[in-house]
Amino acid sequence: MSYKTDLPVMKPFKPREPEPLLGFRPWHFVVIALIAVFGPSLAFAQAGVPLLTPFAVLLDWVPLLLQGFIFNLAISFLAMALGTALGTLLGLGQISLSRVTRGVSWFLTQFFRNAPWLVLLFFAMFLLPFEINLLGLSIPFPDWFKAILGLSLPVMANVSEIVRGAVKSLPSGQWEAAESLAYSRRQTLWLIILPQCVKRMLPPWMNLYSILTMATVLASIVGVSEVMTLTGQALAAEGGRPELLAPFYGFVLLLFFAYCYPIARFTVRLERKFAVIN
Amino acid sequence: MDVIFEWFRVLYDETGINLPFLYDAYDRNRMIDGFFTTIRLSLVCLFFSVLIGVVGAWLQGSTFKWTRRIVNGYIQLFRNTPPLVQLYFFYFAIGTMLPTVENDWGGQSPILGSFAWAAISLSFFAGAFNVEIFRSGIEAVPKSTVEAAEALGFSRLQIYRDVTLPLAFRVVLPALNNNLVNLVKTTTLAYAIAVPEMLYEANQIWSDNVNVTEMMIFLLLAYFVLVGILVGGMNRWERAMRIPGFG
Repeated sequence: MSYKTDLPVMKPFKPREPEPLLGFRPWHFVVIALIAVFGPSLAFAQAGVPLLTPFAVLLDWVPLLLQGFIFNLAISFLAMALGTALGTLLGLGQISLSRVTRGVSWFLTQFFRNAPWLVLLFFAMFLLPFEINLLGLSIPFPDWFKAILGLSLPVMANVSEIVRGAVKSLPSGQWEAAESLAYSRRQTLWLIILPQCVKRMLPPWMNLYSILTMATVLASIVGVSEVMTLTGQALAAEGGRPELLAPFYGFVLLLFFAYCYPIARFTVRLERKFAVIN
Repeated sequence: MDVIFEWFRVLYDETGINLPFLYDAYDRNRMIDGFFTTIRLSLVCLFFSVLIGVVGAWLQGSTFKWTRRIVNGYIQLFRNTPPLVQLYFFYFAIGTMLPTVENDWGGQSPILGSFAWAAISLSFFAGAFNVEIFRSGIEAVPKSTVEAAEALGFSRLQIYRDVTLPLAFRVVLPALNNNLVNLVKTTTLAYAIAVPEMLYEANQIWSDNVNVTEMMIFLLLAYFVLVGILVGGMNRWERAMRIPGFG
């Protein structure tokens, strides 16, 4: 039973989006970044060794690290594209009329959603061959390509859930109205349901992309030479000076933050724009 | 029990399907240790991340502008950077700056080991999400309830602890569980700093026995079952804790 009252027991719960990085003025960021990156190195500067300062060393390596980061982004684009394509199919399978298709799609989705990303990445890395012989033609499988496949598996499962959730969230009146206008099931899906779903799917899809981008560093564990691997190599090349660790890792953190934070803000804005007010 | 274990040795001899963590006592113990390390790491991170969430949500409601800003900065920073890089930053950058202590063998060892750093780093990572979750739960508690508590002479801390939080907890449970399941999956990252958890031990075993395929499939199934049980249990708990007639 539901009735209106001025004194509700609880107001509706909606997971709240984090606030923007606030009333920070630009110079606040500069100060914080400076403290974060160079503060630790100051502590070591007292050693007074006639070496390059950590900052100068970092500056030398920035071009290489940026190249690595772009490689990360490339991996994320391709994995996202592949994962979205497969995930959409799987998501449509989850709302299929056939019981078998539905069951299989559901199981695949749950399986790849419940497995940790890193384990799936290992799975793709170690179990895929390094080349495939097809009709006497050997197609090489470089490790970055296997990383893309490994990362696209969890993306696929998550996209599948996003698609299913979006289709389920549409009022059933849409389906019934389409049916009464003699649309076939395929027409209903393509012309009526999916176009409306795109709007609902976009914010969670972008969230997923952000998560995927942050997961691309996992590829360093399995030996793809992306930004994390390059950072490790740069540190080794500089002789493993401990005062370099904080600036280098801090720089990688900063790179990802600079890329993912705007995406997160944009997602929040989209969510607000697309919010259904009832 | 031994009969079953021995059967797997026969299986290996007959078919070449090598599952040493079943028939070999040494590998079996490694795998069991790895399993319990994963569980222990998950529990420690779970506890501290929820603690961070509760305290952070409390601080976010603070009247001081800078307290709120710092909490917000923490949330944004940890949400938008890769957990693996955070882990490296904590373990390598901060870990090397801390003083070392003398260990039992007379050598120098860092104050905090890899397990401790993994626990700290992952707690902060999951905690950043928990703050927002608890915060939105607190906002779902009507102002009139808080005012009623104020009228009864509760202090701010008492209101938070005895009125707002218990009510908020019930509505945030689904979101919280989601995050905690994610946390359990993220514990695999501890592999990167050599915490002997399940993935790490599996890696050791397949390095020794060259049975990557079997171990990989076993690992995938093990995590699937582990997380599946967790999700199932959480769903039951959610149903039990649901506020009737709400949402």
